[in-house]
Amino acid sequence: MKNNENKLSDSFSRQNTTLKKRRRWSESLIQGSLFLAGFFSILTTAGIIFTLGKEALLFFQKPEVKLFEFLTGTAWQPHINQFGILPLATSTLLTTAVAMLIAIPLGLTVAVFLSEYASRKVRNFLKPILEVLAGIPTIVYGYFALTFITPLLREIFGKDVVNIYNTGSAGLVMGILILPLIASISEDALAAVPRSLREAGYGLGATKFEVVFKIVLPAALSGISAAIILGISRAIGETMIVAVAAGAGPNLTLNPFKGAETMTGHIVRISGGDLSYDSIDYDSIFALGLVLFLSTLLLNIISQWIVKRFREVYE
Amino acid sequence: MIRTAKDTKSLFENNLALRTNQGKTWHVIFLLVTILAIVSLTLLIVNIVDSVFGYVVINTKVDPATLMVDGLALEDQTKAQLTEALRMNLSSGAFNKLNTEKDFGDRTRNEILALVEERILKYEVLESWSLADSLFRKNSVIDEYSKLVIENPRATLKFISWLTWDRLVRPQSSEIVTAGIRTAILGSLWTIIITILFAFPLGVGAAIYLEEYASDNWVNRVIQTNINNLAGVPSIVYGILGLAIFVRALEPLTSGSIFGLVDPTTANGRTILSAGLTLGLLVLPLIIINSQEAIRAVPQSLRHAGYGLGATKWQVTWSHVLPNAIPGILTGLILAVSRAIGETAPLVVVGASTAISFDPTSAFSKFTTLPIQIYQWTARPQPEWQHLAGAAILVLLVLLLGLNAVAIVLRNKLSRKY
Amino acid sequence: MLQNDVILETHDLKIYYGDFKAVTDVNIQIPQKRITSIIGPSGCGKSTLLRAFNRMNELVPSSHIEGEIIFDGKNLYDRDVDPVQVRYRIGMVFQRPNPFPKSIYENVAWAARIHGYKGSLDELVETTLIKAALWDEVKDILKQSALSLSGGQQQRLCVARALAIQPEVILMDEPASALDPIATLKIEELMQSLKENYTIVIVTHNMQQAARASDYTAMMMLVEGTRSGTVIEFDETNKVFTRPGDKRTEDYVTGRFG
Ligand SMILES: Nc1ncnc2c1ncn2[C@@H]1O[C@H](COP(=O)(O)OP(=O)(O)OP(=O)(O)O)[C@@H](O)[C@H]1O
Ligand SMILES: [Mg+2]
Repeated sequence: MKNNENKLSDSFSRQNTTLKKRRRWSESLIQGSLFLAGFFSILTTAGIIFTLGKEALLFFQKPEVKLFEFLTGTAWQPHINQFGILPLATSTLLTTAVAMLIAIPLGLTVAVFLSEYASRKVRNFLKPILEVLAGIPTIVYGYFALTFITPLLREIFGKDVVNIYNTGSAGLVMGILILPLIASISEDALAAVPRSLREAGYGLGATKFEVVFKIVLPAALSGISAAIILGISRAIGETMIVAVAAGAGPNLTLNPFKGAETMTGHIVRISGGDLSYDSIDYDSIFALGLVLFLSTLLLNIISQWIVKRFREVYE
Repeated sequence: MIRTAKDTKSLFENNLALRTNQGKTWHVIFLLVTILAIVSLTLLIVNIVDSVFGYVVINTKVDPATLMVDGLALEDQTKAQLTEALRMNLSSGAFNKLNTEKDFGDRTRNEILALVEERILKYEVLESWSLADSLFRKNSVIDEYSKLVIENPRATLKFISWLTWDRLVRPQSSEIVTAGIRTAILGSLWTIIITILFAFPLGVGAAIYLEEYASDNWVNRVIQTNINNLAGVPSIVYGILGLAIFVRALEPLTSGSIFGLVDPTTANGRTILSAGLTLGLLVLPLIIINSQEAIRAVPQSLRHAGYGLGATKWQVTWSHVLPNAIPGILTGLILAVSRAIGETAPLVVVGASTAISFDPTSAFSKFTTLPIQIYQWTARPQPEWQHLAGAAILVLLVLLLGLNAVAIVLRNKLSRKY
Repeated sequence: MLQNDVILETHDLKIYYGDFKAVTDVNIQIPQKRITSIIGPSGCGKSTLLRAFNRMNELVPSSHIEGEIIFDGKNLYDRDVDPVQVRYRIGMVFQRPNPFPKSIYENVAWAARIHGYKGSLDELVETTLIKAALWDEVKDILKQSALSLSGGQQQRLCVARALAIQPEVILMDEPASALDPIATLKIEELMQSLKENYTIVIVTHNMQQAARASDYTAMMMLVEGTRSGTVIEFDETNKVFTRPGDKRTEDYVTGRFG
């Protein structure tokens, strides 16, 4: 046994006579590369801010563009040098509003149903369906809007009322797209409400409906608002549905049955052609991109902030 | 005055029945709304299937009988005979242009047959119906047809599937009868491979850094917050970034010119490489976040076991953490790939080509992808093209469904270790 | 205790988690090739002290120490000491068996391989498993997953895994607390057979086990009025259990026995 011990010991390249720190170059190298991989995401953000900022600056330096007119102008017609963002922004807000009108009530109802009412079996059946719904590419939703919802709307409200391209149909389908997002985040928020709170409600003789509406929902309110804000951010940035169904050509209107191009839709249409780098069109998509980036970023940060505060409540 | 317990109780309204009913009503409403959500998913699918099958009236502008050689119909002619037919019937300019795009000697017989049908016979779809119309309004279909056939004696009424094997293997074309999605599928594959090669190592590396190496200081907190925010940036913004960085600033790299590999038909930065890298940036935050979750789920005791044996950080990570996190990491990768496969807007901005009919040959080729193809066909004013878009959507959805099935199997099969 | 028999020696050791001082003023000398047990009520810092001996504490980012731990003539916490090297020479067995989800063979061979073992791995695995009294039970299933073993077998595999790289000291944190009495007995027998070549430091809640199996005993308690633990008595085991020098030790030891 003793012999064996020594024999085995010798087979280790036993530097362990010392405890001295060794410089492990490969370890440092690996750690360095992994840090760079992590740091790369900072470069991405810097890239977004830098390129959008730089080209947008070029755009605003052109003699035909003025920042004030950009923010307040009611016409976006590049060929006659009119760059007012309002028609594009209005239709972005209009499609977003229609989408939220669908997605908020339906999404919340689905969330409440799944988390409070549905049996485990029903939930196991429904959740994957929602996941599938959320995973379908948006171009498919665009196709659905144009070939199904629009004809349906035209059938219902009359062909002379509803245009072939209209913001209403795009917004409606966008609502279906965003429904699963709101439902799943809200459901997480509802599930995070502690059992003890529910039991307190039942202990006082409240009905299930009362517990859900008067105790659980208010307690999950901040999580739900975070979900809604995230949904709005998603709707503002959504592109293919509006590019296919909402119509080409900026149009300052609040009528959801008329066609009107959104910011994202405009970017797609302009860059779909062979865009030359020195044109004002090229610069204008960066200005619009900057507006999109900043507004969605702001919404995302607000939503994260709310979620963070929400968490602190229960810890 | 002193009240007894019974008296006090009577001050409460006995409204239990009402409250119970209220609860029941809402329960029903919940159920209905949830069903509505399912119905919309069903409608979406039904609508696509509805457009993929149905009656069409097909006509040829030129009588095929005029192209018979030695009594052989077009379908039975050899490659040489078909090439000859093209030479005879096209202007020499058009013929030579086709030849320089790709030598006739290099084309397969089927490609040439497609050219003959497209350039000489000129099949056209005079009218098309959805599946529902074809099934339930057959009479009006036949009425329409009998009107059409008066003006177009060669017109035939056929019940067809817009999705056929032929469509899958045929290149993109501007003629509706011959157009296929082969070019788009290959473009999607090339793009996705570049996306994975770029984003997977980078994303997993970043996740390992954040979970295993990063201490809790402000640099690392900024990195983490930044990644969470990037995940919420609209995809079209990535397209704009890709346009400025990959297509324009890095043009020498993405066009292949610094390697001397420029594709003569492209000769600029609007290449598969740019598209793949743009999508790579887009899915990077998803891959990082999913991998982080998978790594975090590896029990701490395993790491301690490794360290307790005098292993270094990387030895523990490589031998114990990663092998146990790999199912989760792969699931995340598949989800990211499904997202990338369906992305359209950023690729339009980066500069997908509207009409290419040749297979991509390298990362420096022009590109189109399946969703881009769907977008272009959907956006055409002629309604027949929407049947074709529906067919392409069906292919895309089957592809995604397959990927998701793989992800679910992976998740269930490999994650039962603890 | 002769000075050259001491393998680990602490000087005014204090261990912190952030601002919280979990262990304070520990001065003990752990003798070589003996079994030393650390006992004391829950939360008094036994695990914390044990993990300080091979710098496993550092895996908790907020933790740090004051004072010194001398091993092989060197303070383990000196700036130029490599924690990886420390753990190579001072091994550890954990409270819950934590085999790698790999084959039994791989569990034993892995550490030897990363430390550049040049001999025959098969031979090493065999002799190590024999030493850990597990060979007969697993020799036919070496390629099977270690997770298919029973809890007691898994824990002996973890001992074998630590033995394979021939550390000088083996730290064990309640190695038998998740095991049934028979498996516990096996671990105790194993400790006795290892004592010839290794120094063993074991944390235990089980008084009988400490009395039965260890040569020396360190008794830990919270310092009156604080949440910091310290060693209130350190001596040969039979002295600690039969003639304790500290009233609190006596209460604890007899309380547990009774
Ligand atoms: N990772 C940690 N972070 C902060 N405090 C810790 C940590 N681990 C332990 N502590 C604290 O240090 C003190 C000592 O803990 P330790 O685990 O060493 O006790 P113990 O004597 O081993 O207890 P037990 O017998 O229950 O295992 C306790 O107050 C505990 O709360
Ligand atoms: Mg402990």
